[in-house]
Amino acid sequence: MSGLTVTDAVVRYGDVVAVDAVDLAVEPGEIVALLGASGSGKSSLLRGIAGLEPLAGGRVCWDDEDVSVVPVHKRGFGMMFQDGQLFHHLTVEGNLGYGLYREPRDRRRGRVIELLDVVGLAGYGKRRVSELSGGQAQRVALARSLAPRPRLLLLDEPLSALDRSLRERLVGVLSDALRTTGTTAIYVTHDQDEAFALADRVGVMADGRMLQTDPPDVLWRHPASRDVATFLGYQPFIAGDESGRLGGPNCAADEVVGIGPAGLLPAPDGLAVPIVEQSYQRGEVLIDVRIPDGQIATVRVAEKLAGDELVVSLDPAGCVVVPV
Amino acid sequence: MIGLVARGFVVDGSFTLDGIRAVLAAPRTWRIVGQTLAQAVAGTLVAVLLGVPGAYLLYRCRFPGRGLLRAVVSVPFVLPTVVVGVAFTSLFAARGPLGWLGLDESFAAIVIALVFFNYTVIVRTVGALWARLDPRSAEAARVLGASPARVFLTVTLPAIAPAVLSGASLVFLFCATAFGIVMVMGGIRFSTIETEIWYQTTQLLDLPAAAALSIIQLVVVVLALLVAGRARTRTEHALRLRGDDTAERPWRSRPDLLPSVITGVVVFMLLVVPMVHLVVRSFVTADGWGWRNYQLLATTGAGSLTVPVWTAVTNSLVIATQACLLAVILGVMVSLVASRRPRQPVLAGGVRVLDAVFMLPLGVSAVTVGFGFLITLNRPPLDLRSSPILIPIAQAIVALPLVVRTLLPVLRAIDPRQREAAAILGAGPGRALATIDGTLALRGLGLAIGFAFAISLGEFGATSFLSRPDHPTLPVVIFRLIGRPGADNFGMAMAASVILAVLTAAVMAAAEFVRPREAEL
Repeated sequence: MSGLTVTDAVVRYGDVVAVDAVDLAVEPGEIVALLGASGSGKSSLLRGIAGLEPLAGGRVCWDDEDVSVVPVHKRGFGMMFQDGQLFHHLTVEGNLGYGLYREPRDRRRGRVIELLDVVGLAGYGKRRVSELSGGQAQRVALARSLAPRPRLLLLDEPLSALDRSLRERLVGVLSDALRTTGTTAIYVTHDQDEAFALADRVGVMADGRMLQTDPPDVLWRHPASRDVATFLGYQPFIAGDESGRLGGPNCAADEVVGIGPAGLLPAPDGLAVPIVEQSYQRGEVLIDVRIPDGQIATVRVAEKLAGDELVVSLDPAGCVVVPV
Repeated sequence: MIGLVARGFVVDGSFTLDGIRAVLAAPRTWRIVGQTLAQAVAGTLVAVLLGVPGAYLLYRCRFPGRGLLRAVVSVPFVLPTVVVGVAFTSLFAARGPLGWLGLDESFAAIVIALVFFNYTVIVRTVGALWARLDPRSAEAARVLGASPARVFLTVTLPAIAPAVLSGASLVFLFCATAFGIVMVMGGIRFSTIETEIWYQTTQLLDLPAAAALSIIQLVVVVLALLVAGRARTRTEHALRLRGDDTAERPWRSRPDLLPSVITGVVVFMLLVVPMVHLVVRSFVTADGWGWRNYQLLATTGAGSLTVPVWTAVTNSLVIATQACLLAVILGVMVSLVASRRPRQPVLAGGVRVLDAVFMLPLGVSAVTVGFGFLITLNRPPLDLRSSPILIPIAQAIVALPLVVRTLLPVLRAIDPRQREAAAILGAGPGRALATIDGTLALRGLGLAIGFAFAISLGEFGATSFLSRPDHPTLPVVIFRLIGRPGADNFGMAMAASVILAVLTAAVMAAAEFVRPREAEL
């Protein structure tokens, strides 16, 4: 099979098992995001694929060739680090050209100019790295890792050190850069908006294991387990009869219904429930209500409400059914 | 080093403990050990008590002239011990400017000279940490109602304790192994283990006794290091440090007055007066002021010396260049290896051992190094005793720890992920080493070269064993001059000391100029 195949990969730090028998396949040109809380093993898996951590078990193959024992610098994989790891003793140009030292000078210069253009920093070549802002530095880091045309680019939470608005802008830059260069990539993040915006497929990891790998819409509509649904933001989980009472989907006894962010809506023919709290979030009002089984669920509306009750019902399209 | 230990036990080709037993049984030995410890403890205590306020003032407060003051404070550390000894001897001499204190050839005078030498060590090690200590912990304590004194005792002191202890253990080592100062100022009356080794070897030719003493010294040093290491780990806790120097603030008269007065008195009385006195005294001749002492440097001092002093200056410069080259080449290699963090526990342990082995000369003292060379390299296949290369080798060994201590922090400060980033961009181990470690190590190299050169120039302990009469170095010549009677000889010693001090200071000033931020001490 062509592209990357990771089979049964295990990464250990002393006695701690950070990655526990993970399988993963990435086809050429595909972008896969790895999603998980901190400590879920996603960065360790990435370092294992890059060769920065030795595999305690399993194999990493590229185009059916086992590269598990190939040293880092000969794997032909690129990596973009969380804090950039730019070389401060070199200029922007020097950083971009670092991986191109085998190419003739004029080809190298052409590639540097081309990549600065891709990341929207044309004309920055002579700058010192220390003069760059956080966002510019990460864009240089991206260009640097793309420069040697790696057959696989590994991105380790490249935007998590930036503030939210910059992050949202740079996701676009990243996505465009990866698509226009046709790069095969694995993108590690704990932010599902980033993952869903970029990736062809998203893998969810927890405790060193891969819980599910699917395209974003499949993952969102059909989480494989309650853990995955929880990580994606489904909350709370209610029994089938409770769901039925609120107008939601029915489910078997060994299943529960997870309420998504848009799963509970104000509806005139619904059920009246008490309001616990109201708060603002990014232009919306979040209303916490107490549903009949005692759990707290959230309804999103445009304006704050008077009164202490709200009539609501479940929208089956905003809910998922998962095994207990 | 192994040859040295063996020599202590082997006499006439057979293994025996007699040498050791005889030395241990002699009351003289215990008096000398006691003298060494008393001198080291006193020197360390005074240096810490005076150095901590100095560290506060020079690294925590901002005021005009601070850069100059820091420079003045750092001069003594690089001054050759012989020069320091000569300066204080002349200062405290019965007819010297401070003769009325009655400190000539006294224990107190030696301790004062030791403090002069080591004040910088405390100021620098403590100051470097203090400058980066997050002031908000202290502010939190103030807000909780603690007085400034209570804040210092309960928050600041525990935070800087590791630096104080590591500085103090370094000073203890330097004091316990001080050779030049004691030789020049105390003579036989205040012999320490260090001078006794010299005395037994070169005057009594009792090599087993000297070897036994070296072993005793090794034990004392290792014990001191262990105690200091344990104390340090106990007091060490995660510190809240700031990467930049923003923890410092402008000088304020009320809280900063006491440390300022203490530091002012110390800097003036202890540091400036002896240095100025040395220069002034070098111009005093039998018939008033003049250059006569300097003119005499072109002579052999009416037969006191085998060569003119200027020839010794040339010798010193040549030997220092060779030693410096050796020490820096070795130091770069050792630092590169010691800065690695191998994944396998066995290799990681190996790196720690290597680190410790190459720090050993720092604790073992120059005299022991010189003595060890003398007795191990004197027979085939390695008979270097009469070879002129022996002195540079010994000086390089003495300078090596400081070279490593200069380069290692720079290399260790490199984020390992920088090397990973290089590897992932296709750089093999060699290219990663050259482009990441190499480029950054270059910045520390200037300082390392300066240290190595300055130490070799002023090196006296090891050189005094190995130097041949017809090929002396400048410190050896100064020591010989000061031991001779006559005003001209003393004047020449003064002038030669000034020359040596100026050479060393010039080298260090040039090195300081290229000092990287990471390197301390």
